[in-house]
Amino acid sequence: MDDPHAFERVIDGDKTLTQVTHDVFSPLERRGTGRWWAGFLLAVSALLLGLIAVAYQVQTGIGTWGLNRTVGWAFDITNFVFWVGIGHAGTLISAVLLLFRQKWRTSINRAAEAMTIFAVMCAGVFPLIHMGRPWLAHWVFPYPNPRGPLWVNWRSPLLWDVFAIGTYFTISALFWYVGLIPDLATARDRANGMRKRILAFFSLGWDGSARTWSRHETACILLAALATPLVVSVHSVVSTDFATAVIPGWHATLFPPYFVIGAVFSGFAMVLTLMLVARKVMHFEDYITQRHIGAICKVLVFTGTIVGLAYLTEFFTAWYSASPYERFVMLNRVIGPTGWAFGIMFSCNVVVPQLLWFRRVRNSLVTVFILSLLVNVGMWFERFVIISTSLGRGFLPSAWASYTPTLIEIATLIGSFGLFFTLFLLFCRFVPMIAAAEIKTVIARRHANDDVAPEAAGAAARPEAPESSETTERRAA
Amino acid sequence: MSRRVHLALFTSEAKLLAALHSCRDKGLTILDVRSPYPIHGVDELAGIPRSRLPNACLIGGVVGLSLALWFQYWTSSIDWPIDVGGKPWNSLPAFAPVAFELTILFAGLSVIFGLLFRSKLLPGCRGRISDPRVTDDCFELAVTRANAALSDAAMADLWRDSGAIDTSEFVEDIR
Repeated sequence: MDDPHAFERVIDGDKTLTQVTHDVFSPLERRGTGRWWAGFLLAVSALLLGLIAVAYQVQTGIGTWGLNRTVGWAFDITNFVFWVGIGHAGTLISAVLLLFRQKWRTSINRAAEAMTIFAVMCAGVFPLIHMGRPWLAHWVFPYPNPRGPLWVNWRSPLLWDVFAIGTYFTISALFWYVGLIPDLATARDRANGMRKRILAFFSLGWDGSARTWSRHETACILLAALATPLVVSVHSVVSTDFATAVIPGWHATLFPPYFVIGAVFSGFAMVLTLMLVARKVMHFEDYITQRHIGAICKVLVFTGTIVGLAYLTEFFTAWYSASPYERFVMLNRVIGPTGWAFGIMFSCNVVVPQLLWFRRVRNSLVTVFILSLLVNVGMWFERFVIISTSLGRGFLPSAWASYTPTLIEIATLIGSFGLFFTLFLLFCRFVPMIAAAEIKTVIARRHANDDVAPEAAGAAARPEAPESSETTERRAA
Repeated sequence: MSRRVHLALFTSEAKLLAALHSCRDKGLTILDVRSPYPIHGVDELAGIPRSRLPNACLIGGVVGLSLALWFQYWTSSIDWPIDVGGKPWNSLPAFAPVAFELTILFAGLSVIFGLLFRSKLLPGCRGRISDPRVTDDCFELAVTRANAALSDAAMADLWRDSGAIDTSEFVEDIR
């Protein structure tokens, strides 16, 4: 980057510390807006639909799905991988970008991390239902049981999943909470009565002492350093669910990096979708600026290109292996009966993000929003294509079968979106969505920089933010 | 034994740091600094030692790794060996993912609980918050005159010169 101070100016408007506190916390102290309630009711309805569908399939059995003897994994596992993938961007933003000292992450890390936690919860629902008897879910853990004790099979990638996703959820949720404590304390000190008592409980007696801050910062750096390899390991482990099986189209060493980059890609697309909505609904235009959107777009075009490279590498590997089965599976993906799904996947994930090379596209929020939705769709289809086409037409043509989802499965997917958005909307309403204490750190640092080189810091963000200065003027007027 | 604690509230980081310097020059003992965000360089000035959380992290990681490797070995080779696809009882490469995850889990939990217990950040703790503005936009300095011979008037001058917007003092029992 040519100007080292460009991203130091994380937020727009020359805000004081008090203004930051006010902007972040006052929405939490007001009643919910009409738009919030509309969104919340819609999300809860979707969640209810999903709950009914889940209750029905648990009651009746997973024979309610479109699975058959050939295609034993399809919709459910697609949803699982889709949601786990979404859950990757939060940790990437809060951990990897922290280690790389990318200050712009400060505005969005809290919300992105919350998104991660909710997405992992949605993901967890699917294997649970797939068990058919979810009340025996605790059998996946190795505990001294009356059956021997019969231990779990440590050689199975499905068990690795349990540990990878369990660890990921635990560490992400606690990392998020640790970062939240100072802001909960700010909320506590603004509140009265019952609200104060509740916030006092959750802010754990935080008093902003320098000793605590010092430990807090050390803890955040350590957790970021731990979460970075963790985030890479989680989707690598998920990919081994497929890669360790000797099924053409699954059995590839490419899978772990391919899945990880796909997860980052889809996660960032979801971050973009949510942030574009949140900044409008919650009026955080000064905090989630055009520069943030631009930065996420650049990550998208980068990861999207690598995803494209991975698709092409799969084809190359199939051809180069000279295995007729591998070659067939790849051809079948493109021109077979579900070739349309491949078409959606390739155009949404590889072609569409290339538009983000153009600044005009990145600056148009509506275009970017539509683009992010397309990537979400494309990444869902990627998992569907990988999972179901590889199974449907295997080694034995007499066993070939096709797969069509039932309404129950579709209702479950809608329900998972309902769960996700219900949790996210509750988060926006009750938890400070912007990491206020971190924003204050960045502001203080910028003032320190201003003292050294005022013209460099002041001139930095002006050129690429035409919209933001307008916002400031509107506020002033 | 007891000591008299003097508190002063400032509106900016710069004023707080200036006051911190003059307190040190006058030989006052700095008890604590409270601020809405971490101030860089304040640790050295206030004599706060480096955090030992990295040690907790390392110990947690080593414990997690050893436990995971031992437990996987014990369950699949000693307690109840089961032939899974003809793989050896001790399938070390297949044990790597779980060993890795548990290393991270234990290391992370040690850091988090280390932080919470050392800083007494627990449900029900009330903290030593004396002014709610320190979680918003103000900076507080807590000092004591333990070893410094400084009159009350000199103390008041010190706070006035350094631009404190609010001062207070109280007597605290120390064990």
